[in-house]
Amino acid sequence: MTIRQLLEILTVLIPLPPFLAFAFIVLFFNRWKRLSHSIAIGAMALSFLMAQIVFWTVIGWGGEALYEHPIAVQVPWLPSGDEVLSMGVMVDPLTAITLFFVSITCLAIFIYSVGYMHGDPRYSRFFAYISLFATGMLGLTVADNLLMLFIFWEIMGLCSYLLIGFWFEKPSAYRAAIKAFLTTRIGDVIMLLGIAYLYSQTGTLSFAAILRDEAVLHELAVTPSVISGLSVAAAVGLLLFAGTVGKSAQFPLHVWLPDAMEGPTPVSAMIHAATMVSAGVYMVVRMFPLLAVGMEGAVGTPPMVAMAIIGSFTAFFAATIAVAQDDIKRVLAYSTISQLAYMVAALGIGAYVAAAFHLVTHAFFKALLFLGSGSVIIGAHHEQDMMEMGGLRKRMPVTFWTFLIGGFALSGFPILTAGFWSKDEILAYAWHLNPVVFWVLAAGALLTAFYTMRQICLTFLGEPRGEHAEHAHETPWVMTGPLVVLALFALFFGFVGVPEEFPVLGELIGYNWFHHFVGATVGELLHHLPGPESFNPVPLAISVVAALGGLTLGWLVYGRRPLKAGETDPLARWLGPVHTVLKNKYYIDELYHFVFIRPTVWLAGAVFRWFDRGLIDGILHGIARLGEILGIANRWVHTYVIDGGVVDGSAKVVGATGRELRQVLQTGQVQHYLLQVLMFLCAFALLYILFF
Amino acid sequence: MEFPVLSVIIFAPAVAAVLILLLPKDRQTEPKVLAAAGSFISFVLAIWIFLAYDRGAGGYQFVEKVPWFPAIGSSYHVGVNGMGVMLVLLNGILLFCAVLISWRIDERPREFFALLLLMGVGVFGAFALLDLLLLVLFYELVLFPIYLLIVNWGWKPLREYGAMKLTLYLLLGSLVAVVGILAIFFTSGLGTFDMVELEGVALPVSFQRTWFLPIFLGFAVLASIWPFYSWSPDGYAAAPTAVSMLHAGVLKNVGAFTAFRVAVLLLPEGARFWMPYVVFLMVMNVVYATFVALVHTDFKYIIGFASVAHLGVVLMGFASLNELGWSGAVTMMFAHGIIAAMTFAVVGMVYDRTHIREIKQLGGMVQRLPWAAVGFIVAGLASMGMPGFLGFIAEVQVFLGLWRAADLAPWYPVIAIISAVGIVGTAAYTLRALQYVFLGKLNPKYADLPGTSTLDKVALVLMSAVLILGGVFPFLVTPIVQSGVQSVLALLGGA
Repeated sequence: MTIRQLLEILTVLIPLPPFLAFAFIVLFFNRWKRLSHSIAIGAMALSFLMAQIVFWTVIGWGGEALYEHPIAVQVPWLPSGDEVLSMGVMVDPLTAITLFFVSITCLAIFIYSVGYMHGDPRYSRFFAYISLFATGMLGLTVADNLLMLFIFWEIMGLCSYLLIGFWFEKPSAYRAAIKAFLTTRIGDVIMLLGIAYLYSQTGTLSFAAILRDEAVLHELAVTPSVISGLSVAAAVGLLLFAGTVGKSAQFPLHVWLPDAMEGPTPVSAMIHAATMVSAGVYMVVRMFPLLAVGMEGAVGTPPMVAMAIIGSFTAFFAATIAVAQDDIKRVLAYSTISQLAYMVAALGIGAYVAAAFHLVTHAFFKALLFLGSGSVIIGAHHEQDMMEMGGLRKRMPVTFWTFLIGGFALSGFPILTAGFWSKDEILAYAWHLNPVVFWVLAAGALLTAFYTMRQICLTFLGEPRGEHAEHAHETPWVMTGPLVVLALFALFFGFVGVPEEFPVLGELIGYNWFHHFVGATVGELLHHLPGPESFNPVPLAISVVAALGGLTLGWLVYGRRPLKAGETDPLARWLGPVHTVLKNKYYIDELYHFVFIRPTVWLAGAVFRWFDRGLIDGILHGIARLGEILGIANRWVHTYVIDGGVVDGSAKVVGATGRELRQVLQTGQVQHYLLQVLMFLCAFALLYILFF
Repeated sequence: MEFPVLSVIIFAPAVAAVLILLLPKDRQTEPKVLAAAGSFISFVLAIWIFLAYDRGAGGYQFVEKVPWFPAIGSSYHVGVNGMGVMLVLLNGILLFCAVLISWRIDERPREFFALLLLMGVGVFGAFALLDLLLLVLFYELVLFPIYLLIVNWGWKPLREYGAMKLTLYLLLGSLVAVVGILAIFFTSGLGTFDMVELEGVALPVSFQRTWFLPIFLGFAVLASIWPFYSWSPDGYAAAPTAVSMLHAGVLKNVGAFTAFRVAVLLLPEGARFWMPYVVFLMVMNVVYATFVALVHTDFKYIIGFASVAHLGVVLMGFASLNELGWSGAVTMMFAHGIIAAMTFAVVGMVYDRTHIREIKQLGGMVQRLPWAAVGFIVAGLASMGMPGFLGFIAEVQVFLGLWRAADLAPWYPVIAIISAVGIVGTAAYTLRALQYVFLGKLNPKYADLPGTSTLDKVALVLMSAVLILGGVFPFLVTPIVQSGVQSVLALLGGA
């Protein structure tokens, strides 16, 4: 067996262990808590191991070689007409790097959950669900076609529903679960239509057959679609992007994500870092050759323009909301929306590698931040309001330091953190390609640094402002351990993608591994993408100023003189009504309620009452009533006219005729009766033909 | 002579029904056992033909042909192609499950089970018969026991109204269709009711265009096509559980399948002419029924409207007039049959114990009826097109088929888009029902509600297994469906 065959088998097996863990826990081990978490973690560790083996082996081959000969296995699954939709796996550079970060973050979250979920009555169930979640993400990552990707995509949707509503006794949790499921589903359905459209045009859904075939892409780019002015490629691209808008919580479908904080915190980490929202961005990164086909110079295709607009808008918009949130997890939720938007915007301007890079670094530091906030929540006895916290630095040192690292990475603290390298790359491209996008993203970066510092100060510095924070304690090692590991990645992972032209460091490292490896995923296309030819210090300076400036501002407002108990947020005092609007998330939930939900419910009710019960049944009952009236009239005629006069006379005639006829018609043979029935029906038929 | 497997499938329940009626009046258990035995024989044999059907050869298999009324060219001619196999299998599964679910019936069980089995006989016949005249006879045979079942064993406040509405509606629909069938009989000039022979005849185009609409709509009434659907939710709400299960699960399929076989296959030109317009009615099925299900608070009505919406998808698949769409439609018939039967069974389990169907008055049932809850979730997920369940396989094919039908009329992709909205709606009302009925707080009044019986569990597991197996391994289902579709696709002729 060659190494390649071995890797093929491993790749096929990667999503399997968590799925088996899910099945076994649900079916057999629901009552045994310890056994359940052992199975789940063991299975995840197995997947982790296999994913790492695959990753490290293919790294040795290099990006170009892997692009030329990706690992690929296929089996026929759904025969449809002449074609067969196959299920299959494929590992190209993008898959490899995604496997790498997904397996690490998932495993960290699994281990962490042992501590976080301790004592929960549905402990085993929890591990079953997150195992299924991991299956969804791993399966999506190795999928070699859109249909399979969609299947695992939907499995994750289901898991998010189950996990956000995990504490379904709480009405808010249950509502959040439904909201998440339905909102993402709107995107999913549009995406499914895109898939259907693509399939109807190409007859295949395989990534290799569509994305690597110049002829197919060209054909899609020149064929006009059903929507005038758009090529098929553009129409499909826009439809697919809708899936990302839902799954990765971009405006206007972002509303589900903050509410999703109702789920247990490891779930938030799972959704926000390791799996679901990453999947949304992963999909558009994966489909990038299709989205970008027809791009001329720096002028993007319609899907790219849409991504640039929605991405940069969301990045800034979500950051402004995050500034005014008091719930420790909600701040992070909005920062997730904002950071994902950076990736979307990056893809929109054609910064393919930068988007993928930020996807990976974000997964690490956001998982770290969520798990850190979970650690705070557990340590502070389920307190989530930052206004009630403070002073946790001394009480929870490991959590504090790791959270600080995560926060700095999120803010893009220069050189030292991974977040800096990926965000800087996006900004460098934006500077070169689209100044509007650049300035919006830079402003977003400033806000990001500011609200991160605000969060750190409110949570960890000063004196405790609440009872729970007063008695907070550090969490056990199963929770802090994963934090430390993730913190290492949040610090050092950035160095795999240092631009070669970067002063000093670039020369020192000498090779932008990430760019070459992941960039190879799109083959030739990479060299046609526009980008800065040489190093430009201006965007770098602005990016550094934004990060440091935001952090400093945050420090000045919240750190230098920590908030006292009962004191209002200084920002609320200064911004007044603006702050209220931000705190209420621009009232978008309320708006949706009035614009979409209320009218829908009203319309549905009206349709049912007026149309179903009123019109259709009304007509029906009218007809029935008519029949009844006719019957009564008939009886009247029968009683007074026929019985009264005519009948007695004619009765004799009829009787005689009847006796005669009986001998002819009533032969007692069933066939003859049926024949008579038939003749009557024929007569009807004849009437119908004559009159219609 | 070969073993007449189809005839045995069709008539085994009939024999059981006769035996049941011969039992002394006071027997409670024997009728149930006999009914279970009779339906089990059909069930096992249905599985057997599913396995034994030669997918490579395709076409009609297990054919039996005995002259019945030679004077007008009518014969007892049964046979199934790939589509028929799936539907016979579906009825085999559901009839058996319906008997199991009805075990609690102790009001005149003899009559109940005899009528239930009779209904099954009619459905088997309607799926397997290849003779139009007998097909119509069996079709009517189905309607008669349903009326009695609803009126006698149904939900008291509604049963007379519901039964009458349902029966009159369907009779009227079939009357129109029968007239059309006679027109086909006379116009073909072959002097035969044999569908296989009729399929070979190209009827005049003008004739096809005139007659397609009445025949199609006549049968589609039984598939609850909009706006002739209103018998369905009322009828189901009124009917006893087993009848709702069978009616939604298989009877609607009889309507859809017969409409397809008679109207589309015998009048392909008519179909090509009318379908691009009729398809709007089917969209209404999806959109409209979904809307109503969103606001209704009666558990059984919600399921009833869900079924109306799903039949819209089935009919749309047929309306796409291409291979993918048809294959999707047949798969959807099968999937919807199981889904509808399962959900009605679950409603029945909850209702029998609480005598409440208002979802807002229920809650926390998962604690007392976990099996029913899981059954509802499985069926619900399948019904909202979640991958991993058979419903997804069906919906994907229907959508792909609709999208590909753009050459028929440019608005087909738009139809696909609109009906896709239905998927979101399905998720919404399913989760809403799930939340109100099964999650949340349990009313203390129900703290010691009896749990689900073993037979209930058997039925639920059996049906869940079918949905999941078919969803994870679609190659178990699609090749046989497609062999059936391909064998009739040629009838459509060139565009």
